[in-house]
Amino acid sequence: MLEIKNLHVSVDGKAILKGIDLSVQPGEIHAIMGPNGSGKSTLSHVIAGRDGYEITGGRIIYQGEDMTGMAPEIRAAKGIFLAFQYPVEIPGVANTTFLKEALNAICRYHGKDELDAMQFVKVMREKTKELGIPEDMLKRAVNVGFSGGEKKRNEILQMAILNPTLAILDETDSGLDIDAMKIVAEGVNKLRAPERSILLITHYQRLLDYIIPDKVHVLAHGRIQRSGDKKLALELEEKGYAEFGEAAA
Amino acid sequence: MTTESTNIKTFVESFDPARSGLPGAGLGWLKALREDGIERFEALGLPTPKLEAWKYTRLKPLEDTRYQPVTDEDGMAALDTVPSLLPDPGGRPRLVFVNGWMRPNFWIDGDLPDGVHLEGLRDVLETRPDWIRERLGTLAGEDASSLVQLNTAMMDTGFVLRVEDGVRVETPIEVIFVGGLTARPVAYSPRNLIVLGKGAEATVVKYHVGLGAGAYLANSVSDIEVGPGALLRHYKVQAEAKEATHIHTIRARVARDATYESFSLSIGGRLSRNEVSVRLEGEGAHCALNGAYLMRGSEHCDNTTVIDHLVPHTTCREVFKGVLDDESRAVFVGRIVVHKDAQKTDGYQLCKTLLLSTGAEIDAKPELEIYADDVKCSHGAATGQLDETALFYLRSRGVPEALARNLLVQSFIGEALEEISDEVVRQAITDQVVHWLPAACYLAEEWRAE
Amino acid sequence: MVASIDTVQQVKELTEEKYKYGFFTDIESETAPKGLNEDIVRFISAKKNEPEWLLEWRLKAYRYWLTMPEPKWSKVFHEPIDYQDAYYYSAPKSAADGPQSLDEIDPQLLETYEKLGIPLKEQERLSGVAVDAVFDSVSVATTFKAKLGEVGVIFCPISEALESCPDLVKKYLGTVVPYTDNKHATLNSAVFTDGSFVYIPPGVRCPMELSTYFRINAANTGQFERTLIIADKGSYVSYLEGCTAPMRDEHQLHAAVVELIALDDAEIKYSTIQNWYPGDENGRGGIFNFVTKRGHCRGRNSKISWTQVETGAAITWKYPSCILKGDNSVGEFYSIAITNNYQQADTGTKMIHLGKNTSSRIISKGISAGRANQTYRGLVRISPKAKGARNFTQCDSLLIGDRCGAHTVPYIECKNKSAIVEHEATTSTISEDQLFYLRQRGIPPEEAVALVVNGFCREVLQQLPMEFAVEAQKLVGISLEGSVG
Ligand SMILES: Nc1ncnc2c1ncn2[C@@H]1O[C@H](COP(=O)(O)OP(=O)(O)OP(=O)(O)O)[C@@H](O)[C@H]1O
Ligand SMILES: [Mg+2]
Repeated sequence: MLEIKNLHVSVDGKAILKGIDLSVQPGEIHAIMGPNGSGKSTLSHVIAGRDGYEITGGRIIYQGEDMTGMAPEIRAAKGIFLAFQYPVEIPGVANTTFLKEALNAICRYHGKDELDAMQFVKVMREKTKELGIPEDMLKRAVNVGFSGGEKKRNEILQMAILNPTLAILDETDSGLDIDAMKIVAEGVNKLRAPERSILLITHYQRLLDYIIPDKVHVLAHGRIQRSGDKKLALELEEKGYAEFGEAAA
Repeated sequence: MTTESTNIKTFVESFDPARSGLPGAGLGWLKALREDGIERFEALGLPTPKLEAWKYTRLKPLEDTRYQPVTDEDGMAALDTVPSLLPDPGGRPRLVFVNGWMRPNFWIDGDLPDGVHLEGLRDVLETRPDWIRERLGTLAGEDASSLVQLNTAMMDTGFVLRVEDGVRVETPIEVIFVGGLTARPVAYSPRNLIVLGKGAEATVVKYHVGLGAGAYLANSVSDIEVGPGALLRHYKVQAEAKEATHIHTIRARVARDATYESFSLSIGGRLSRNEVSVRLEGEGAHCALNGAYLMRGSEHCDNTTVIDHLVPHTTCREVFKGVLDDESRAVFVGRIVVHKDAQKTDGYQLCKTLLLSTGAEIDAKPELEIYADDVKCSHGAATGQLDETALFYLRSRGVPEALARNLLVQSFIGEALEEISDEVVRQAITDQVVHWLPAACYLAEEWRAE
Repeated sequence: MVASIDTVQQVKELTEEKYKYGFFTDIESETAPKGLNEDIVRFISAKKNEPEWLLEWRLKAYRYWLTMPEPKWSKVFHEPIDYQDAYYYSAPKSAADGPQSLDEIDPQLLETYEKLGIPLKEQERLSGVAVDAVFDSVSVATTFKAKLGEVGVIFCPISEALESCPDLVKKYLGTVVPYTDNKHATLNSAVFTDGSFVYIPPGVRCPMELSTYFRINAANTGQFERTLIIADKGSYVSYLEGCTAPMRDEHQLHAAVVELIALDDAEIKYSTIQNWYPGDENGRGGIFNFVTKRGHCRGRNSKISWTQVETGAAITWKYPSCILKGDNSVGEFYSIAITNNYQQADTGTKMIHLGKNTSSRIISKGISAGRANQTYRGLVRISPKAKGARNFTQCDSLLIGDRCGAHTVPYIECKNKSAIVEHEATTSTISEDQLFYLRQRGIPPEEAVALVVNGFCREVLQQLPMEFAVEAQKLVGISLEGSVG
């Protein structure tokens, strides 16, 4: 599914990722933990193809294909989804409009027919209901005036509708109340399928009580310092990141 | 047209006899500069509302008053006490001008640290003419307005503040211009220079105060250089006499990582105009350009400002608030210009005016001119009257109406006063505002003290 | 910086490359000799069989025009206009005898309108929109006349109105925009050739949208139409104009005048979709769009609302304004202006508050790309008698690319203490965060920009009559907005 080999990334000449190796098989869920500023979001942005990062070494292979230089919308069409740590506000553009645009762009890419308004409304209704999201949120402009938790839920809704093959969730659990977190976890668990993989970036092992990861990695100083199973998360909860030379947040 | 040009001629001519007594009269380059100024002034003429920059302000007093030069006798006018803006001037550095003449006897040194030089223009023209020449030459500028040209031609007074690299002055330096103590209409033209070296820091308070009833014209120009990493707080209170015309052109250049903070309070004068232009010339430069105007009677106050963002990563913030009573009138023209390539500019501007009376008028023109795309600029302007609901609220809590009005005006102006970062000055300026308010304000103070 | 490049391309597509109206129709036309003098003015007047008073008025305007300097205060730059190098009258030949119905109209002309997206017959049959089309200088067809006649609405070319209801025209013409108003309006007063006339009788709610399409076809032709709309007491009308012109290398002058009059309790909604040829990417050719539009809320409780979507023209110079004379009257101005390449626009509004409790609202959205420069210029004036007047102005600019400019020049003059005037303005760019977010969801960059721009303009787009919103949205680069949910 996803093979990252010796990935080096810098921003404005400053090295941030210094040799990441990561291999995610279809159907697996991996959790990435690590202190603030260690490069977790950077890694997620680079996988999604954001401009402004310089890849100074290594490769990202997704479904056997080298992603280097590929436009973000093509990666999205190929099934990569990133739930943003800080979802962006788009004034004046209704959530529904945005989602329909996105879904149809992806359909077009695959040469499939676009959904008509009726079909689309049906999909939306279904998913909002499943995730317990109030429908009026759909009519509001994308993330504008949303509370922190609403923004995160909106990310999950988008994920459910766009139906990705590789989902990267960057601290989607931060800022959620306990009920919302359960809903998010449910949403993720529903997506869990043999042909789908998930990368969870989180600071709290709490989330991992609901979503049991296949592997847990610790990212610090721009490298994966240690990998293990769920127990590693529990250990980190207890001891922090001191062992990796940095204090936890 | 002809009457206007004859006006200009007589205006200029009446100052001819005084020429030989102007500071730096022996300096050839200065003579040439002055002559050039006269020529340009005559060519440009007095600004009229036909000029966009003077759309809302007419210089009527200059058209129909025959101003005369001040004499040294005027300068020696008796003064019981020196009016001071800042309380307890005891230890604070201070410079006093009366009718345009510097009065060394009122001068207070106030332990200015080494590397700070506060002097009269006349003296510096004698001791360091070349230093002045360098600055006047570059700052005078050919495209300057006719009133700046006039000042260049006539400058007969003013002060020079020089702060050397890395020197910081903690206490505010007060410069007081007393006017109005003459029987005949007079005019004087202060030219001030404030130059802060690298990393220097200073606070200057200019207090323009009218004591007598005489009509006078003060046509000031302040040229300011804020060196790299330096910080200048530059405050001004205009409390000129009832018949006075106050024109003040401030031109500031702000270097890399430097900050220029300015506040201008206008509470007097028949006609006043503050024209401020700030050039942000180095990355990281910041300017805070704030002010308040409180006018009554038939006073007219014009605040015209231009902030030029010339390089990337510069910021500005501008807050003006005003209160207009009776038949008074105010003008606010604020332009923010983001030049080509001045990316990452962050600019904010706000102008709000309260009209207290039916005859009052505000003309506002907040203007953005933007030639770069990666910028964040916004402005807002609003006019309105006292909030009746708030007034009712206060009265229902037992506050008498007159007092309640004062409180609301005070809180309205307060938003601008908050921008003053020096605490001593903020308090002094707040007091000026409170004293401007109708008599019930003294009650307001008591009320506040409880 | 990638964001800007992508977006520049996007806007290019919207405005220049997709200028699909750039065809030229080969129709025989009747043209007056080139140049401007009193004889031309007389020629135009004679051609139209005008009454003596109108000829006099035209001549007064012409003579006054000769004395006027070019307006210099706006932020637009162009070579001096050679007024002698243009034709001031050009009519399709077949119109000389006046088409009586659509069937009599030159089929090629009809085809032109179809290409423009206004199949007149279709419109008549299907959409219930009455259309008056002005081709070069004269009106060629007015649809739906009969149906409008039933309720007493007059909707016809102004030249026809001069014959059928001369008193109405005489009573109102030039009362909102006097012939001395400004250089361009004065020229229009002297040489206007046609335009639409609308009269809505008291108490009538016009049963359909009225619409006029303007097209400049002939080379070197100036277009000077004059529109006059009167909404009598208690009436309502919604009116839309669209404009196109073929691609030509030289500049063409369009100096129109629109006068609106709303009497007691009447409401006029006037929408414009302006898509004149903007010139090529090097700034060659394109229309000079120098237009004077003004509405007079003459009666109590009257309302005039301007909505404009300005995407075309090399230079736009236009300030649809409202004089709020009647007590409680309302003026509105909603504007989207897009400029790209070397386009220039200096546009905005004036709200003159004279009556008590008058209110006005200004929403302006400017998008500037390429090397274009755009200025919002607005005046809000509260006169001493306008007790309780209110104004709200919101003026936002979006800059795309680092070689364009966006300027905001509001004038606020308040002489009444009970008035509340609020003005807000912002300038920003499409952020890279927004662009990346949308692209991450699979939306290609051009569409992403269109989406953001669409969101940016939403408040104004919502003001357009439904029938035309789609066309406007296409122009602004929108595909989906409002169709779901
Ligand atoms: N555009 C940028 N310019 C400069 N530095 C950057 C930029 N983006 C990221 N960095 C730096 O890279 C480092 C890693 O940032 P990143 O956002 O990936 O951390 P993170 O692990 O997601 O932290 P958190 O847990 O707080 O979300 C930080 O030191 C950050 O300041
Ligand atoms: Mg992060």
